[in-house]
Amino acid sequence: MESVHAIELRHITKRFGKVVANDSIDLTLDRGEILSLLGENGSGKTTLMNMLAGIYLPDEGEILVNGEPAAIRSPKDSFDYHIGMIHQHFKLVDVFTAAENIVLGLHDGKLDRREIYEKVRAISDRYGFGIDPGKKVYEMSVSEKQTVEIVKVLYRGADILILDEPTAVLTPQETDRLFKILRSMREDGKAIVIITHKLHEVMALSDKVAVLRKGKYIGTVNTKDTNPQALTDMMVGHSVTLNINRPDPVDVVPRLTVKGLTCLDAEGVKKLDNVSFTAMGGEILGIAGIAGSGQKELLESIAGLYPVASGSIEYSPEGREPTELVGKSPMEIKKSGVAMAFVPEDRLGMGLVGGMGMTGNMMLRSWKKGKGAFVNKKDPNKLALEVMESLEVVTPSVECPVRRLSGGNVQKVLVGREIASCPSVLMSAYAVRGLDINTSYTIYNLMTEQKMKGVAVIFVGEDLDVLLELCDRILVLCGGQVSGIVDGRKATKEEMGLMMTRVAGRKEEQA
Amino acid sequence: MNEQKTPLIRLAKRDDMDPKRVWAIRGASFLVAILIGAIIFMVMGHNPFSAYGTIINGALGKKTAIRQTVKNAIPLLGTALAIAPCFKMRFWNIGAEGQITAGAVAASYFALFWADKLPAPVLLVVMAVAAAIAGGLWGLIPAFFKAKWNTNETLFTLMMNYIIIGVVKWLQGGPWEGRPGSQIIPQFEKSACLPKVFGVHCGWIIVLVLTVLMYIYMSKTKQGYEIAVIGESLNTARYAGMNVGRIIMRTMFISGGISGLVGFVVASGADNTLHAGVAAGVGFTAITVAWLAQLNPFAMIGISGLLAVLQKGATTLQTRMEVPASISEIITGIFLFCMLGCEFFINYQMIFRHKENKEAKA
Amino acid sequence: MNTNPILLLISAAVLNGTPLLFGTIGEILAEKTGNLNLGVEGMMYMGGAMGLGGVFYYEKAVGAGANPVLAILIALLCAFLAGAIGAVIYSFVTITLRANQNVTGLALSIFGTGAGQFIGEYMRTREGGFVAISNSLKDVFQNSPFPASLQNLPVVGPLLFCYNIFVYIGLAMAILMALYLNKTRSGLHLRAVGESPATADAAGINVTRYKYLATIIGGGISAIGGMVYIMTIAGCVWNHEGLSGEGWLAVALVIFCIWRPMNAVWGSVLFGALMILYLRLQLPFIPDQLYKILPYVVTVVVLIITSMRNKKENQPPASLGLSYFREDR
Repeated sequence: MESVHAIELRHITKRFGKVVANDSIDLTLDRGEILSLLGENGSGKTTLMNMLAGIYLPDEGEILVNGEPAAIRSPKDSFDYHIGMIHQHFKLVDVFTAAENIVLGLHDGKLDRREIYEKVRAISDRYGFGIDPGKKVYEMSVSEKQTVEIVKVLYRGADILILDEPTAVLTPQETDRLFKILRSMREDGKAIVIITHKLHEVMALSDKVAVLRKGKYIGTVNTKDTNPQALTDMMVGHSVTLNINRPDPVDVVPRLTVKGLTCLDAEGVKKLDNVSFTAMGGEILGIAGIAGSGQKELLESIAGLYPVASGSIEYSPEGREPTELVGKSPMEIKKSGVAMAFVPEDRLGMGLVGGMGMTGNMMLRSWKKGKGAFVNKKDPNKLALEVMESLEVVTPSVECPVRRLSGGNVQKVLVGREIASCPSVLMSAYAVRGLDINTSYTIYNLMTEQKMKGVAVIFVGEDLDVLLELCDRILVLCGGQVSGIVDGRKATKEEMGLMMTRVAGRKEEQA
Repeated sequence: MNEQKTPLIRLAKRDDMDPKRVWAIRGASFLVAILIGAIIFMVMGHNPFSAYGTIINGALGKKTAIRQTVKNAIPLLGTALAIAPCFKMRFWNIGAEGQITAGAVAASYFALFWADKLPAPVLLVVMAVAAAIAGGLWGLIPAFFKAKWNTNETLFTLMMNYIIIGVVKWLQGGPWEGRPGSQIIPQFEKSACLPKVFGVHCGWIIVLVLTVLMYIYMSKTKQGYEIAVIGESLNTARYAGMNVGRIIMRTMFISGGISGLVGFVVASGADNTLHAGVAAGVGFTAITVAWLAQLNPFAMIGISGLLAVLQKGATTLQTRMEVPASISEIITGIFLFCMLGCEFFINYQMIFRHKENKEAKA
Repeated sequence: MNTNPILLLISAAVLNGTPLLFGTIGEILAEKTGNLNLGVEGMMYMGGAMGLGGVFYYEKAVGAGANPVLAILIALLCAFLAGAIGAVIYSFVTITLRANQNVTGLALSIFGTGAGQFIGEYMRTREGGFVAISNSLKDVFQNSPFPASLQNLPVVGPLLFCYNIFVYIGLAMAILMALYLNKTRSGLHLRAVGESPATADAAGINVTRYKYLATIIGGGISAIGGMVYIMTIAGCVWNHEGLSGEGWLAVALVIFCIWRPMNAVWGSVLFGALMILYLRLQLPFIPDQLYKILPYVVTVVVLIITSMRNKKENQPPASLGLSYFREDR
């Protein structure tokens, strides 16, 4: 039995259109171990695991479960092989209770609520989950929802668990608790995969690490035989000395002064808590933090797209009186002469219109311009051609819907348009996510170019190495609060990693 | 080995398709619809060739027949144009039926009570404007609630249809009733009827002009651009600084206004009176016209023409071959199903297992 | 004979509400899987014509010896099949071919009203201008199945035992539907499909099968409503004037009862009452015809209030009107 792997993947290939998401991947997983599946965003981790969960079908290759070739055509097949996946986006029905979600898809007997509740509580007690089976999902916190997802797969007897970036949405305390639970499951003989790109979690939790890079399988190593530096090398292909060009800022002036900014989401949860900082013209201010720490809300509230509960955002243009931005709509902000460019995280869902060509998308910033009822298509067309040429956008024509372009080209269109508006504040969220190295450098250089023109650049990033080499100052967010602002030239990765998980000034930091 | 693993047919979204193939598929679906219709005729014991011949002959064979066909096509085209901007915005306005009726009511008010006070051209203009405003307001109500509280517009606009139709029934039997007990509103004065051009009331000119205007509106104006962006993504629209709620309301007012205008054209041009069936299902059929035309105003001319031919031809079929005229609705339905369904083959591709294996071997 | 005006109103309301009840329950089933089938009007037409036709030809075949129970079963079966056929077309086009639901539903309405009318008129011309059913068989459809002793009980008799058999079938159907949706696993799965097909799919529920079955069975049930209208209210003759609008009213009632079958029971009685109220309760300042729009007005009000209160449980199924494609990215 020892030689039989719980899961073995052989030469798995999956394509989406022309994109190869997984290229002939081999992987093994054994019982009683935790395997980290490590890779950057877009390296194909989730796609690979989705094939175990029956969401996608592999185009080529085979899957073996317990040494037998397995046909996983649907999620149901996946359950039958005792595989349970906890997706990053929870698959729960909002108006159902925890218990109803947990038994969803099962066919054993009638719907006896009392019996189900008891069984749920039994699982809950065994691993220390503590969930209320009768609570409706829409009333739950993110961590509670994740718990429901885990109980759901355990309820149906899963002994192979796959967790897709489970800690991305959790607080440090919740993460610790999750890890404790996962370890106790490992003692139980379960086989666990966690998909992540966070090295410290890999080191802390897993027994083995498998690394993917751009859809290709790089290798598997034992955690105890490796270190973060070696893993990073596997992940990115070369040692991370990025050599991003960073000229010293000249003539910095305050451009955007944020004071006590607090934002609540639709459920009344604080997304930003008393955030204060100043963004200077002529420098790049980096924003760091684990995903969901308030980065999106911060940029959107400055752009007038997210409701502000309290606080002020003051914009000081060169040689003019400062303007208050809170309470203004994006159109009013524009009209009051604030030249602000915003590259949102969600490119095709917010920054661009997927069904339109480059010209149509250039119009998104200029469509109101000019008198009369008709839109001016000439200037956007010219601009589109300029952006296409200067940023080397690969597209059949400026009329080809941008949805059909590759991620890097989509991003170039977006960044190109925003820069073309000659902003005095440029905000960008995860501008290089999913881009190849060359395109990423193009983007870094564009940001730096803007900075040297005196623009206040706000750069939200997830890669600390990039932030440390690109930005002049870095603001670290944690749970919607500012845990500190550091000098990009002096700060260390370790220092920032610490700040990302704890808010400075709290007592427990001393411990 | 792979044989047992992958299902027989797998679906994938298709990125792009050669326009020739797109039209080949649409043409094929058209033929399939004709074929199914032929089978129905055969089952009923009629020669399908003569049945289709009768339809075409009955709709286009004589001058009077052509006029009637054009008359049928006018409201269909006009209403399809009205619906286009809403559907482009993904606002599912299925209340054109009611917006037509509301327009007809307003037009009729002036036709019935102001005919003797206003000169004919002014009267017609007043009727048209009143109809457009009334239709627009009728469309604005659900749009307001959509913008404010995200109230489901499909269901709301649907309900609005029957409210206004009920009001007309009341007018018919009550305040506007002609001969007591007749349940009929009297015929309009001559001055309140649209003049004829080439034997058909001049509504056809109105809708053709509207077609061009709507094309320009949708593809060349700022408002048309706003509508296109909202239809793609609400977030992008907000990002670009668009006031989504206001645009939804404005677009629905325009859409309802055009429907209202159609109501005026039908009441004043075709029926010369107001009755509860003034919209006669046009509001629903026009939705399918607009959708099948991919919201392209010029394509709508062809599709509304096709449906009008079916409608008119079927009445001839009834008189000549004793087939109930409702056959036209059956065949219309079949056409719609086939043409709606065929878009699938344009947007998706089916990957067959055996073909895939061959490719893998190659 | 019962002459109490309130009792008369109630029994008339129940009678008029029953076709709606069937239409609504069927549509609830379809909408609970996320399929907004706006073809109810068409399916009810088809059901009405086929139900009538089935009984007519059955009686024609067996003559005076027609079995009442069999006649009712034939009517139910024919109507069900008629609606199911319509719903099969709708399902294929929207679920498999993923066409827009609103447009396809409207196409089904056009097709179904045409088909219903066609069948109705075709029978009439073929049978020499008249499709009629013998009085004895009419009584089977229109009179109460309970013995006279029960019907003659004071108050309780007219209130509970005097209706035609379809009222009881409809009531049973509503109860069964409520139990199915809320108390069984399969019902839970069905609701999950309508709320979040991706979630249901991930949980191993066959989304396509649920959507197909619910829409087809729902369509069949809706179509029975059309048959009930023709066989009870319209007096067993084809009457497309009267049937016109019933289907849309059923769609309205689905919203009014916020997708709950048990609400549909009293909702249908209320709608039935609103439809005939003008005959029973003449108010000087509200004209007859305006009574008839009350069901729609009330529905609009309910729609607005539920959207304003924004209570999760009272919203339409979250995926209503959307087609589902698993590999959508």
